[in-house]
Amino acid sequence: MFGLNKRDAGLLLVVAGLALFAPFLLNPFPTDSAMAQFNAGYPDLMQRFVIFGVFAVGFNLLFGLTGYLSFGHAAFLGIGSYSAVWMFKLLGYNILPGMILSVVVSAVFALMIGYISLRRSGIYFSILTLAFAQMLFAIAYSDLIGRFFGTPITNGETGLQVYTSDPQFFHSENLPDIPHIFGQKMQSTYTLDVGAWSFDFNFGYYFCALILIAAFYLAIRIFRSPFGLMLRAVKSNQQRMNYTGLNTRPYTLAVFVISGMYAGLAGGLMASMDPLAGAERMQWTASGEVVLMTILGGAGTLIGPILGAGFIKYFENIFAKINDNVLHSWFSFMPDGLENLMVALVHPFVGKGWHLTLGLLFMLVVIFLPGGLVEGGQRIAQRLRGKKAAEKATDTSKTPAE
Amino acid sequence: MDAIILQFLNGLDKGSAYALIALGLTLIFGTLGVVNFAHGALFMIGAFCSVTVQRILTLSSESLSATEKDFLGNPLKIKTPYVENWFGPEVGAALIDWSVPLAIVFAIPVMLLVGFIMERGLIKHFYKRPHADQILVTFGLAIVLQEVIKYFYGANPLPTPAPSVFVGSFDFGPLLGLDTSLAYPYWRLVYFAFSAAIIGAVFAFLQFTTFGMVVRAGMADRETVGLLGIDIDRRFTIMFGIAAAVAGLAGVMYAPINSPNYHMGMDFLVLSFVVVVVGGMGSLPGAVLAGFMLGILESLASMNEIKNILPGIDQIIIYVVAIIILLTRPRGLMGRKGVMEE
Amino acid sequence: MSFSNPTRRGLIKTGAVASAGLALPTYLRADGHSGFTNAPTGSTVTLGFNVPQTGPYAEEGLDELRAQELAVQHLNGEGDGGMMNTFSSKALKGNGILGKKVEFVTGDTQTKSDAARASAKAMIEKDGAVMINGGSSSGVAVAVQGLCQEAGVIFMAGLTHSNDTTGKDKKANGFRHFFNGYMSAAALAPVLKNAYGSDRKAYHLTADYTWGWTQQESIAAATEAMGWETVNNVLTPLASTDFSSYIAPVLNSGADVLVLNHYGGNMVNSLTNAVQFGLLDKEVNGKKFEIVVPLYSELMAAGAGANVQGVIGSMNWNWQLQDEGSKAFVKSFGEKYGRPPSNSAHTCYVQTLLYADAVERAGTFNPCGVVEALEDFEFDGLGNGPVLYRGDDHQCFKDVLVMKGKENPTNEYDTLEIVEVTPRAQVEYAPDHPMFAGGELGSCNPGA
Repeated sequence: MFGLNKRDAGLLLVVAGLALFAPFLLNPFPTDSAMAQFNAGYPDLMQRFVIFGVFAVGFNLLFGLTGYLSFGHAAFLGIGSYSAVWMFKLLGYNILPGMILSVVVSAVFALMIGYISLRRSGIYFSILTLAFAQMLFAIAYSDLIGRFFGTPITNGETGLQVYTSDPQFFHSENLPDIPHIFGQKMQSTYTLDVGAWSFDFNFGYYFCALILIAAFYLAIRIFRSPFGLMLRAVKSNQQRMNYTGLNTRPYTLAVFVISGMYAGLAGGLMASMDPLAGAERMQWTASGEVVLMTILGGAGTLIGPILGAGFIKYFENIFAKINDNVLHSWFSFMPDGLENLMVALVHPFVGKGWHLTLGLLFMLVVIFLPGGLVEGGQRIAQRLRGKKAAEKATDTSKTPAE
Repeated sequence: MDAIILQFLNGLDKGSAYALIALGLTLIFGTLGVVNFAHGALFMIGAFCSVTVQRILTLSSESLSATEKDFLGNPLKIKTPYVENWFGPEVGAALIDWSVPLAIVFAIPVMLLVGFIMERGLIKHFYKRPHADQILVTFGLAIVLQEVIKYFYGANPLPTPAPSVFVGSFDFGPLLGLDTSLAYPYWRLVYFAFSAAIIGAVFAFLQFTTFGMVVRAGMADRETVGLLGIDIDRRFTIMFGIAAAVAGLAGVMYAPINSPNYHMGMDFLVLSFVVVVVGGMGSLPGAVLAGFMLGILESLASMNEIKNILPGIDQIIIYVVAIIILLTRPRGLMGRKGVMEE
Repeated sequence: MSFSNPTRRGLIKTGAVASAGLALPTYLRADGHSGFTNAPTGSTVTLGFNVPQTGPYAEEGLDELRAQELAVQHLNGEGDGGMMNTFSSKALKGNGILGKKVEFVTGDTQTKSDAARASAKAMIEKDGAVMINGGSSSGVAVAVQGLCQEAGVIFMAGLTHSNDTTGKDKKANGFRHFFNGYMSAAALAPVLKNAYGSDRKAYHLTADYTWGWTQQESIAAATEAMGWETVNNVLTPLASTDFSSYIAPVLNSGADVLVLNHYGGNMVNSLTNAVQFGLLDKEVNGKKFEIVVPLYSELMAAGAGANVQGVIGSMNWNWQLQDEGSKAFVKSFGEKYGRPPSNSAHTCYVQTLLYADAVERAGTFNPCGVVEALEDFEFDGLGNGPVLYRGDDHQCFKDVLVMKGKENPTNEYDTLEIVEVTPRAQVEYAPDHPMFAGGELGSCNPGA
């Protein structure tokens, strides 16, 4: 199918299925039940899942294939967002020009940063990318360029946003005042009620989901192409490649730029779903986050980064919202003393303690599932398939989902 | 001129914090080949050793005041530290006043222990794992450590003053024959001297003891040293403990400079990695040199004369310098070939 | 599939056991019939408390959350009622809002615009919040205010001090009770003149972001108007932790006052560093060297410890105020949590009451009705004397406190003392003041 072998086609179908049915899958609990706290099927979070999925898939093209660990990828995410918001400000709220520009501009930056950084390898490369990203972050956060030109370019820490006084050249009366594509609003949501359940179908989400599927398909093709093979050769032994008289740098630079474009695309999507570009999304913590997403899911696997992205965003958004009131309502069926004890026990891990849970989970995953979440999935699959199939699976797990 | 001297002193001071953290990081890189993202957290725990000692010394008995009221109109609770009850008000007050230097005594065993537990309990299992896994597990650990501190001490900065003898600043002006004043805080001078002593001690230890010699040999060629029948693993554990103690001591003495808070480790983490890499992977002198160099350059870049020409340069100077150095010297200032290059 | 089925939903809701984890429907859904986002259909109404729970302002956020919980209790008729008893408007009866029991959801802003918006969106889309309250920085306030305007819910800002929040970034759906940089400067200037004279040379250190810039601009203008000279203004990176290299040149610059336009961790560190350098012990131009911190917060003052002693700054409110409203609030807060409330706690508490009261008076949760009820609303009894919520920019006008670090604090909460309560008339300004120029309030957006 589409030039993919059976396994890859299956994987693509899995991703497409997950993405398209997310509104159902993420809202497993009835709306009014106490467990509804764990429902993640509301538009904003679903959008974040797929946008960070695109970001992580792109990051994995670089890291998973070549082993080059960029610690400054969030810079491209931010650049993509700023480009898109500038298009909203100048041209209007139709997201297409913004999306195109975000990919183009981030490609230009990736080309410049990659050209310089790829002269080094290993941790020296990581620190070079980190240094560039931190520079760009500082410039955006204090709007150093804007100060130079005397007009806001990134609008500092407040974030770049659209004002009614902006030119918005193509904006007209009958177009919505929020991001849209040819009049179809990104935030329009269609709600389906089935019994006690309700499911949100958000236009913006599906737009992002289609892009994720396309981005994922492209990633598979890159993984399987001769180009991808060349990149993996770089990972296993760059020196030998160089000795054979082959210059690997054009290949690594190409994948660096592609990966930067993925990040820029994700940034453009973020701005399209929510027209504000904040500088924090360029900070090293954001770059670190995509590294963690990829490793957590399984670096070098195709689907791993998407799982990792979902995992981290889920905890950030769902666990932070659980407060003591919620805890009391969960344990309210217990006798008072026990209820308070349970609340006290769970309390440090939720709400303001969500970081603690995330940190512990990072450690648990990496200790017990060395290949990330994908490894975990494979182990479960092995158990299910029984021992005989397990032996077969061990052969393939060497090249997990590649 | 006086401005440059002042900034030079500032640079030495910042540089000593960078150098101490980078030194520990490099020890761990160099000996164990582990990327330790929890190293900033060790620095933070050191600073909280100071806070803890201060808290222990100010543990107080409470009595109700007959006259004064608290904000709700209830009788005010008067706190008297136990140490003042036991040793008399003067000795007690002096003990509390000196809680930061006293914390050094407390911090060394604590940090060594933390280091041993970390290495034996966790890091040991990651020697053969890819760097990516090491990053994930140590980053997770760093988050857990700082959240634990946050749970017990809160998120606010906690003032931890230096002994009152060190309050105020020393005027270098007359000493250098300048007619302007050139005041520099005593405690920062103490910090610099302390760091220099620690750095000296670590180098002397590695240079002049048999233990150090084995560790240096292990850094160069772990396998061969192992083949010689030397239990290199045990020594590496001790080395990890020492690296943790160095980071911790840097934190203990840093507490009076800036009130410790639970995320101070993360603030230093990225910078210390830049310092280590600029210094060159696997090179201890490189780490120290880069620490001081970046500290001084950062201070000089924040001079008004320079900021007027290049606004915002102080925010990006470290990264600009890092890029220039890494492009002109492929392995940083003094890096060894083949360390963390693949 | 149907777009909506309000009656059946209504049934489910009414029958449902009310719980805080209760997830109400998202906006742009069934509530289309009622004409505004998240119209409460059951017996409860959900408010969203979006405060920093992680990061440097976590403690501030925690205190806001305490106050918000207290406000919800009082609205629902639990506890002693706090400021509801002293509030000049008597619309609130302690039976919830418009007879609906008040419930709340909480979220973590992380003091990042992105995270704050994500969290606020979750509250609006998932939990059905009709009002968002809280926050501890202007960047977040501006970002969330913009979001609430788009989504069609009311934003009652927490701690935000930048002129821009009700200046160039003002929004019709957003309201600020907290004071701002201009008001700080206007309140501080006369006190500074009395204390330090009108012939002073000031050196400014300014955090390099929007709040820092507007704060510096305001205080420089106000002090220059009374005769001070601004020797220099140095922008410091927000990420700085060590300010020694910015403080070292101050002594030889000829300045005799240092103004620290820093907040939070920046303020704690820059003030600590300045005191370390012995600035307060020096004499320059024959005058004692002084430090000014335009915006104080008691939590951050506690972080700076003894270094705040003798340093002048301003605050929105303080627990030591002796008016009836403040006393009632400090009493119920203190009895519940064993500590006096901070000024960000006060702001969040008051904002929640003000919102509830506006809904009662408007008779609807519709944001447009609430906006109308709050605009040009005059009230008293919530601390700070008589207060006006100005309709032109949705900024509150009230007395401003000038504070000074206490020389001999008796306990950990007693770090600052009130030097002067600057009357409201002195800090007022025209809506079209140049520091607040640009941007448009727009019109209220009820959402769906």
